[in-house]
Amino acid sequence: MTQQILDGILIDEQTELSLNELCKACSSSAEWIIELVEEGALEPSGYVQTQWRFSGNSLQRARTAMRLQRDLDINLAGVALALDLLGEIEILESRLCQFEISNND
Amino acid sequence: MDFKDYYEIMGVKKDASQDEIKRAYRKLARKYHPDVSKEADAEIRFKEIGEAYEALKDPEKRTAYDQLGANWKAGQDFNPPPDWDAGFEFNGAGYTGGDASDYSDFFESLFGRGFGSAQAQHQRGGYTARGEDHHAKVLIDLEDAYHGATRGITLQSPELDNNGHVITKQRTLNVKIPKGVKQGQRIRLAGQGSAGMGNAPAGDLYLEIEFKPHSIYRVDGHDVYLDLPVTPWEAALGATIKVPTPNGPVDLKIAEGTITGRKMRLKARGIPAKSPGDLYVVSQITLPPADSEEAKDLYRKMEQELAYNPRSKLGV
Repeated sequence: MTQQILDGILIDEQTELSLNELCKACSSSAEWIIELVEEGALEPSGYVQTQWRFSGNSLQRARTAMRLQRDLDINLAGVALALDLLGEIEILESRLCQFEISNND
Repeated sequence: MDFKDYYEIMGVKKDASQDEIKRAYRKLARKYHPDVSKEADAEIRFKEIGEAYEALKDPEKRTAYDQLGANWKAGQDFNPPPDWDAGFEFNGAGYTGGDASDYSDFFESLFGRGFGSAQAQHQRGGYTARGEDHHAKVLIDLEDAYHGATRGITLQSPELDNNGHVITKQRTLNVKIPKGVKQGQRIRLAGQGSAGMGNAPAGDLYLEIEFKPHSIYRVDGHDVYLDLPVTPWEAALGATIKVPTPNGPVDLKIAEGTITGRKMRLKARGIPAKSPGDLYVVSQITLPPADSEEAKDLYRKMEQELAYNPRSKLGV
């Protein structure tokens, strides 16, 4: 059975996940995901819950949120703040990397 | 098996209060949390800290651990004395959240193993339940993202055997890595997670893509960076030079008067995708060594014949 080659689905920015799919992928309750949306930590498209579509990187964010909440015992507002700050650090690091390259001698 | 000094790991004294231990844990956990920390060994440290806290936060476990005596040193070969835990009762409640299977042999030899995760499987208690989704990381080369590849990955997962004991099962999967994957993206393999209960379907397996560090390229999202050493004459006069790319070498035109750090964009030669990334070639002017008389003469000749003062703007 190890010879079989598995072909999966790449979850990228174009991939859309429903609330149900995201819950399953995070092994979380729908309520927990809804709370994340209410905190503004996840931003699905669609106005009503049944039409919510989450982008592929929501999965990454939700999983990180889950670990932060579980391991550091912070509430969802704190988790949302941490996610925003982590995102900002990532952008700054990427800019720093480019800046360092153009100033190297 | 090595003895672990949980007090040392937590950086607290042996007589630290429960509050001090909790504070030390909170501080270390924030510092080494793998989602937050940039330290290379964050994940290992975080698990170690979690394990130490698991042993010390519970007064019963801590007392039992203290009973082993103060003479043990971290890393010393250790076997628990027979009946060392007589009279203690450990219950599985209140795992710090880490997977029980993550704890060291040392921890398990003292406090037993598996109660945490074994319970988790029964909690669902339903008649049929879809299997849980699993997550794992897969390390790939940058070139795999350009061309696609098939990678064999070995996964270890705790499972219950017929007697209710937790055993670690190993399985190997061959997985197709699609062209165009980015760091941190996930591949979903339907039905490769935990088996379902009753007639319910199995869960999915999510593989998180991580690039191995590359010797010459750096990756930022879909963009790829390459430092390109150039000679002073190539930079001064302009030249067409051969440049490696993950797709094979290309000829790149260097403009006359190129300075160090000039970014040259090779459009759409980054990681391929619907909107492909770019490859940035960054010039690095290198000096030929003046390690022979001829070379020294050439430098002296430049000194005499080129009226060049790079410090003119500095007023000297």
